[in-house]
Amino acid sequence: MELTPDLRDCFTVPGKLALPYTYFAGRIGSRFLLALQEEHRILGVRCAGCATVLVPPRATCDRCQADLADTWVEVGPAGRVENFTVVRYADRHVPEPVPLVLALIRLDGADTPLVHRLGGMDPEAVRVGLRVTAVFAAEPRDTLLCIDHFRPLAPQPSAAGPRPQGG
Amino acid sequence: MARRVGICAVAQTTWERDKWSQRFQGMALEVLEDLLARTGLTFSEDGGIGMSISVSDDIFDARTISDNAMTDVLGAHMGCEEKVAQEGLQALYYGLAAIRSGHVDVVLVLGHCKESQPASRNQVTHMAFDPFYTRPVGLDFTAAAGLQAQAYAARAGVGDRHLAQVVVRARQLATRNLKITGLPVVTAAEVLASPLLADPLRELHAYPVSDGAVGLILAAEERAREITDRPVWIAGVGNCMDSFFLGDRDLASNFPLRQAAARAYRRAGIDHPQNAFDVVELSDQYAYQQPMWMEGLGLVPAGGGGAWIDAGGPEAARVNLSGGMLAGNPLILGGLVRAAEAALQLRGEAGDHQVPGARRALAHGVMGPAGQFHTVAVLERD
Repeated sequence: MELTPDLRDCFTVPGKLALPYTYFAGRIGSRFLLALQEEHRILGVRCAGCATVLVPPRATCDRCQADLADTWVEVGPAGRVENFTVVRYADRHVPEPVPLVLALIRLDGADTPLVHRLGGMDPEAVRVGLRVTAVFAAEPRDTLLCIDHFRPLAPQPSAAGPRPQGG
Repeated sequence: MARRVGICAVAQTTWERDKWSQRFQGMALEVLEDLLARTGLTFSEDGGIGMSISVSDDIFDARTISDNAMTDVLGAHMGCEEKVAQEGLQALYYGLAAIRSGHVDVVLVLGHCKESQPASRNQVTHMAFDPFYTRPVGLDFTAAAGLQAQAYAARAGVGDRHLAQVVVRARQLATRNLKITGLPVVTAAEVLASPLLADPLRELHAYPVSDGAVGLILAAEERAREITDRPVWIAGVGNCMDSFFLGDRDLASNFPLRQAAARAYRRAGIDHPQNAFDVVELSDQYAYQQPMWMEGLGLVPAGGGGAWIDAGGPEAARVNLSGGMLAGNPLILGGLVRAAEAALQLRGEAGDHQVPGARRALAHGVMGPAGQFHTVAVLERD
């Protein structure tokens, strides 16, 4: 580099982007979220073009462009852990507590797994193939968190109580 | 036959953890002045730069349409300016199209990013997810990469020890790259002991938070030969976008990269990519991606990533001699820096990491969670 610039009396200014929004959940999304919230039922859509049950549901299949309106099927609430990671950093956008297990869970009757958090067990004991089931939130919510988390279907040896934070 | 397009010059700032005393416009200006000095070009409508393409990310910049705030640096005042808010290699693709179409003869591509500006890079990539299904559970690109690494590692025989080797080599190579500053070398033991971020990803497996800017001058063949005696030809580019939801994809399949590579190879007339490249620059945001993307590019047998590292493959295939993204380039600029580094190799200007006589190179960029979107460019010299 050439000359070192003179940085005397130079400073940084703190800032923040915090923008309230209102999002339309979509016709398909509204129906899916209402069924979760009010009936504790998990809905997918079946694409006739590729014979695939998609969760979350959507209006169009992005593989074959088929219209998926009115192709509802009920899936879950139990399913299988297809893959998982353990998120070990805390951040504003990461639900507490950490370590947080994020799993790809294929609900019974669905072809595409859904990413959700897995609780009620020691994160170190999670394995691919584990059978889990949805635990619905006690209070109404307006996102996928109508399902608060998934828990093992069979009791796990170290599943007692919430894990201490930072453990 | 559409006309050929050449890279006539490349320039980049140093890549640092926190360029606190530079605004993004200032970083871009440093690159622009370097490019103008190397080429003698101006923004004159009579043979000068006819189009400017900026690369930036609104959330890293914390202002929307951030190119509007730098018309002077882009030579865009009263001129033709475009913005790419996608992986930077797309801007090279865009410039290629503009020149091949005959619309313009000379294009400036100029990207900048200050990853240090937001308090957390993960908070920025979290915003790439939808507000109904994937944001509420806390996804960001690091967590998505953890899921992909988990799916890939077992299938390819890539273990913690292999990933440590990748990081140690990248940090070592970075010491030979004069544009990388302040990145310490590490030992395998240090990598193996670094804290887990999202299993199996460790802190030292992740590309460091970085600030900087990079630019290129592209020109139609006849103009390129006037501007430089060592033009680097863009022989073929291909890209591919996979599905949005992670569950819709087979995360270990490399599907979009295989598609992108096949398109680039076909356009470049390459039938046998395995031994087609003297230099490979790929965007390894996390250590597992170096062997995984090599498989996706068809340069390593599918499922052979671990064995490839054991056999000294990265050195033999001259992969990321610049240090790669693991040496520190921002998210949106990785592929553009790869193209710049590949061009330097083909121009014989790669300094301490020059491959003698390099004739053909591959540059790769990736964007989106768990490698949703890939771009591959094949570059050649006369």
